[in-house]
Amino acid sequence: MFSGFDVFRVGISFVIMCIFYMPTVNSLPELSPQKYFSTLQPGKASLAYFCQADSPRTSVFLEELNEAVRPLQDYGISVAKVNCVKEEISRYCGKEKDLMKAYLFKGNILLREFPTDTLFDVNAIVAHVLFALLFNEVKYITNLEDLQNIENALKGKANIIFSYVRAIGIPEHRAVMEAAFVYGTTYQFVLTTEIALLESIGSEDVEYAHLYFFHCKLVLDLTQQCRRTLMEQPLTTLNIHLFIKTMKAPLLTEVAEDPQQVSTVHLQLGLPLVFIVSQQATYEADRRTAEWVAWRLLGKAGVLLLLRDSLEVNIPQDANVVFKRAEKGVPVEFLVLHDVDLIISHVENNMHIEEIQEDEDNDMEGPDIDVQDDEVAETVFRDRKRKLPLELTVELTEETFNATVMASDSIVLFYAGWQAVSMAFLQSYIDVAVKLKGTSAMLLTRINCADWSDVCTKQNVTEFPIVKMYKKGENPVSYAGMLGTEDLLKFIQLNRISYPVNITSIQEAEEYLSGELYKDLISYSSVSVLGLFSPTMKTAKEDFSEAGNYLKGYVITGIYSEEDVLLLSTKYVASLPALLLARHTEGKIESVPLASTHAQDIVQIITDALLEMFPEITVENLPSYFRLQKPLLILFSDGSVNPQYKKAILTLVKQKYLDSFTPCWLNLKNTPVGRGILRAYFDPLPPLPLLVLVNLHSGGQVFAFPSDQAIIEENLVLWLKKLEAGLENHITILPAQEWKPPLPAYDFLSMIDAATSQHGTRKVPKCMKETDVQENDKEQHEDRLAVRKEPIETLRIKHWNRSNWFKEAEKSFRHDKEL
Amino acid sequence: MGLSAAAPLWGPPGLLLAIALHPALSVPPRRDYCVLGAGPAGLQMAYFLQRAGRDYAVFERAPRPGSFFTRYPRHRKLISINKRYTGKANAEFNLRHDWNSLLSHDPRLLFRHYSRAYFPDARDMVRYLGDFADTLGLRVQYNTTIAHVTLDKDRQAWNGHYFILTDQKGQVHQCSVLLVATGLSVPNQVDFPGSEYAEGYESVSVNPEDFIGQNVLILGRGNSAFETAENILGVTNFIHMLSRSRVRLSWATHYVGDLRAINNGLLDTYQLKSLDGLLESDLTDLAILKDSKGKFHVTLKFFLEEASTNQSADSITLPQDDNDNFAMRVPYDRVIRCLGWNFDFSIFNKSLRLNSGNAFGKKYPLIRASYESKGSRGLFILGTASHSVDYRKSAGGFIHGFRYTVRAVHRLLEHRHHSITWPATKLPITQLTSSIVRRVNEASGLYQMFGVLADVILLKENSTAFEYLEEFPIQMLAQLETLTGRKAKHGLFVINMEYGRNFSGPDKDVFFDDRSVGHTEDAWQSNFLHPVIYYYRHLPTEQEVRFRPAHWPLPRPTAIHHIVEDFLTDWTAPIGHILPLRRFLENCLDTDLRSFYAESCFLFALTRQKLPPFCQQGYLRMQGLVSTESLRQHRVESRLLRDYALTGRRLEDSSQQPGDQEPLGSPLVPGPLAQSLDSNKEEL
Repeated sequence: MFSGFDVFRVGISFVIMCIFYMPTVNSLPELSPQKYFSTLQPGKASLAYFCQADSPRTSVFLEELNEAVRPLQDYGISVAKVNCVKEEISRYCGKEKDLMKAYLFKGNILLREFPTDTLFDVNAIVAHVLFALLFNEVKYITNLEDLQNIENALKGKANIIFSYVRAIGIPEHRAVMEAAFVYGTTYQFVLTTEIALLESIGSEDVEYAHLYFFHCKLVLDLTQQCRRTLMEQPLTTLNIHLFIKTMKAPLLTEVAEDPQQVSTVHLQLGLPLVFIVSQQATYEADRRTAEWVAWRLLGKAGVLLLLRDSLEVNIPQDANVVFKRAEKGVPVEFLVLHDVDLIISHVENNMHIEEIQEDEDNDMEGPDIDVQDDEVAETVFRDRKRKLPLELTVELTEETFNATVMASDSIVLFYAGWQAVSMAFLQSYIDVAVKLKGTSAMLLTRINCADWSDVCTKQNVTEFPIVKMYKKGENPVSYAGMLGTEDLLKFIQLNRISYPVNITSIQEAEEYLSGELYKDLISYSSVSVLGLFSPTMKTAKEDFSEAGNYLKGYVITGIYSEEDVLLLSTKYVASLPALLLARHTEGKIESVPLASTHAQDIVQIITDALLEMFPEITVENLPSYFRLQKPLLILFSDGSVNPQYKKAILTLVKQKYLDSFTPCWLNLKNTPVGRGILRAYFDPLPPLPLLVLVNLHSGGQVFAFPSDQAIIEENLVLWLKKLEAGLENHITILPAQEWKPPLPAYDFLSMIDAATSQHGTRKVPKCMKETDVQENDKEQHEDRLAVRKEPIETLRIKHWNRSNWFKEAEKSFRHDKEL
Repeated sequence: MGLSAAAPLWGPPGLLLAIALHPALSVPPRRDYCVLGAGPAGLQMAYFLQRAGRDYAVFERAPRPGSFFTRYPRHRKLISINKRYTGKANAEFNLRHDWNSLLSHDPRLLFRHYSRAYFPDARDMVRYLGDFADTLGLRVQYNTTIAHVTLDKDRQAWNGHYFILTDQKGQVHQCSVLLVATGLSVPNQVDFPGSEYAEGYESVSVNPEDFIGQNVLILGRGNSAFETAENILGVTNFIHMLSRSRVRLSWATHYVGDLRAINNGLLDTYQLKSLDGLLESDLTDLAILKDSKGKFHVTLKFFLEEASTNQSADSITLPQDDNDNFAMRVPYDRVIRCLGWNFDFSIFNKSLRLNSGNAFGKKYPLIRASYESKGSRGLFILGTASHSVDYRKSAGGFIHGFRYTVRAVHRLLEHRHHSITWPATKLPITQLTSSIVRRVNEASGLYQMFGVLADVILLKENSTAFEYLEEFPIQMLAQLETLTGRKAKHGLFVINMEYGRNFSGPDKDVFFDDRSVGHTEDAWQSNFLHPVIYYYRHLPTEQEVRFRPAHWPLPRPTAIHHIVEDFLTDWTAPIGHILPLRRFLENCLDTDLRSFYAESCFLFALTRQKLPPFCQQGYLRMQGLVSTESLRQHRVESRLLRDYALTGRRLEDSSQQPGDQEPLGSPLVPGPLAQSLDSNKEEL
């Protein structure tokens, strides 16, 4: 691999000594201290492990050390084991068993000592040893300033290879050190393990190792930044070597020969060549374009300027780009691409296809388009064999439908047996039936619209699933709540009485407000609404009744408009017409004046009133808060919310600090999916509780309240002010991409096209002799089979071209940003 | 109905005009719609007009509906199946296998209540049609023979002219729209020397006794010919059947008008060498001679022309004189002509330009795919006579086909004259897959009129919603906007039913191995009737429809999807049928049409700026789908859901480790499932 190693070979020897004979390490020279020191040669490096007694721990280390003998020898570093025997006491021999160390000498000068736990494996041994020896060639830095200083110092002089690895001693570190051993004199190597430094130069995906080539040698103006090229392959010795080779190659070459014959270092490295076709007249402009392309494709492809005028072979007149793949024997492609981006994406596209093909060879096919990825369909399918207690609901038919819904108050579930969403909801519906068994006057029924299509159509049901309530003397009502057991149960329970409830005395009104009157219902409606009207307010009452009727099943509403209504309005300081809202959980009664009495407005007032100031956000209630279109201030809590935090936030609410937000909290015990949300916001996850501001509706930024600060009013106010002033950095931005098709579809159109074009060339003789018929017949079938198979194998097109193109465009865009 | 009743409907100006135009003072009664013929198609149209509250009248020359069936088929057995049991309750689906009922809202008016026979008796059809007209109170003027139809130009008229109908009593009827449902009533006669010796199907004896020990030659190879043969097969010496083209078996052509298995007894005896036989020859080349014994000889017209006139039959050259093994060398006792029927053009004035001489010039009037005459606007041909649109392809010439095309014509008229747009259901895009699955599984019009009537889905802006139009005549696709009053600005889907391209034909072996396709990726090679969905970004133009590729029912689409054929014609398999359909629709619309539980929507709502349509249109409107515990369990097992209760614990244990992103591993299911929920994160 590294042909230049011999040149750089430095004489180093390595000695290991041990008291006891170790069969596993016999390739290591074992020497006594005296003998070892006598072998040291001036200028040569040597790593020696001094050991006193054998123990299981040292034997693991010795195995790794043994493995490192060969690679270190390649760099001219000798390795030895030195046995500290009683007769020859050396100062390198530790006094205690577990204090044994390895030492790196250059000549007889001690360079470094290594505790054995830093040399945890062969990679760490090689990395550490090279790191110590190449102290000058590889600069270790920890901040941006250091980097800028080095960059400035080298402008116009040398190029820099800057790399970030997560830790010293890991394989990526070793790869960088091995490269530095070879190229250390040509380029300045700079190394960091600081993630912040990497981020500050604008990298993404900072969890991985990065390697950049800084083109500083070309920079003559000191105020100019060095261009940077990111190596996109994983950090391995081979990849770095290939990368540096492409960096060394000329950026742009001019050629005037047949592109088919041209070969550069890129081809040898497995990279394609891109020829920008130029002619005399447009030479200058073409060259600029070519340079621009070359920079964009640096490390991905070789770029050449092809001078058409002095060319002997013919290339198509309109072609302006020639593409030559690295694979031997593949003819060059003549392309017409009028945009630099198209050239880039063409190159990347073709590299991409290569990757896919590799994947297929390795049996690592992409997602199968025949595998279900709809969670509802998949779960319903998996559950298909479980028997539901369907008998708890009445199955209706065309014959029984009308009679049943006329005879008794009924809930009807309209569903389609083949539709997954319907069948998932049917389970919840049956759960409702189980819960209501024998207690409800409401008849639970269902009708399968796959069988009784006409009935469903007559009931104006055109989509599934739909739940409707049929009550005697009333128009059927469609259920508009969550398709789940709890909400449907609530709807059914609350619909046991009709709304708004007509309250006839002050005493009854008080019972109503205290929750006494409908004790068994208030668990389904945390708020009871009472409309107060003087008996003469006819339209207002009608409007309120309409609103109450509209909200039936979701909230308890009542109306009071007796002569003595003023007693109530005075008591609750409400000027008529007014609404009284009794919040049963908090034991509070509020009054809201009814400025507008339009039914729709009343519905809005009541739904708004149902919202809490600092609610626990759940899967079920998020939509009602979501529609307020305000950023959510969420306190994530593992279990109940700490009362102090709650108090702090409620205080802020009262002080109007949070008017532009929707403050809420999330209990991870009740809503475990909250962990998935946290994972999207944080990596790694700081300890709970966490207070987060999510700007869902404009921009998608997520801000985190510093987890080292206490959640108290002062800190919160300060943080909010900083947020407002734009002084806080967001921790992440929620992805804004559209929901595209999760997977491609079969491209039948292309399959049909391919079959037709194939059909054209396939001629089956029309006239046959009778004796041949049978044989021929058989042949024909085989023929047909062949026709059948061929296009399928060749044409199972997995990606529609369009979507592929978008993906590539997106990718190249991202790379730009990184540079 | 007399003049007094009709007059208020068209008001005073029209009245004055009418008087001015007809100074003879006989002001004819005027109707918006006149229907000729109270057969199945006429009654079907009357039903729709009546339901829509239109001004119409049906003219029928007989005293009762369905007079054709009082006489035909001669042997009284209908070959339209009356399948009373399908194992399914879905009334719409059951119509797929009920070939005799007309469409109505009244379930009592289904043919299965009229006959228990699988191949019912024609008398039951007469009874049925009578009941249909009576029960629904259709306005039929019986005993009214329209003897002459002509045009009267009038700018005020809907179509720029009125149709003037004159009945046998000289009574004149003026009609804005004329709907001709007179069927094919004229027996087809081929003119050749001696054709006068042939007895017609319409009058030949149906009593087998009359054929005992006779040699019979039947001309024609349709169902009437075979039906006639079937009746006398057991008593004749032999039957020879002669026609121009080879026999077309309906099981091979998938066309119900070709020879049905119920009539093919003669094929059996021919192939088993039991004296009966089939021969092919062009009838116009033949001549039939009657010899002195009254027997008939087949010869060639050529010989007849050679010989001078007035030669006695016995002296004319017969083919066997030269060629002594000529097939038809035996003399026949009877020659029966069963050559089908033609439309009766005789009552229509030339000004109507009803027959412009095309390939079916003699048999069928020339019409557009909208069933409107090419010659006169406002004149529509319904029923059997409209079969030129799909002759030898679909079922438009039969009750179980034209009952739907009549409905389509009615919908077109409702829009043209009453501004009622073509009925459509508007639904959110999340219902797209379901609405297609529903229709392909139950729709009878699509199934019977495959390739002729197709459902059309018109997408709304941004593909958030769509309109579903049923059973539109697809050859009129380019004119969809003007014909339906609906807009197709944002792309459309067409749902058509098709047989495999090379599957059907008179010479095809339809029982070959591998005839059925089971794999979804081979769906485009399906042979049996299966749904095909076409996607167009723009409404095709008239040019594109006219010059579409050969054997394509529609112009080349942007993308096409075949739902793989199904043995049970039940296209509801989650993986085999619904999933590939969803993927196709998703890729056409460039969106994600999966359904999600509320929990997933909740996660997306808080971790992404955009939500999939299902969450937008359901969850965010507080109509999310909450999963039950057992489904949740399956979700975790299928790895479509990360178990947060579990990973939560893991996270706490090892919160130091970054990159804890890998989904829980079950070695059985490789990556894609688990990743799929987040897959567009992966892809973009």
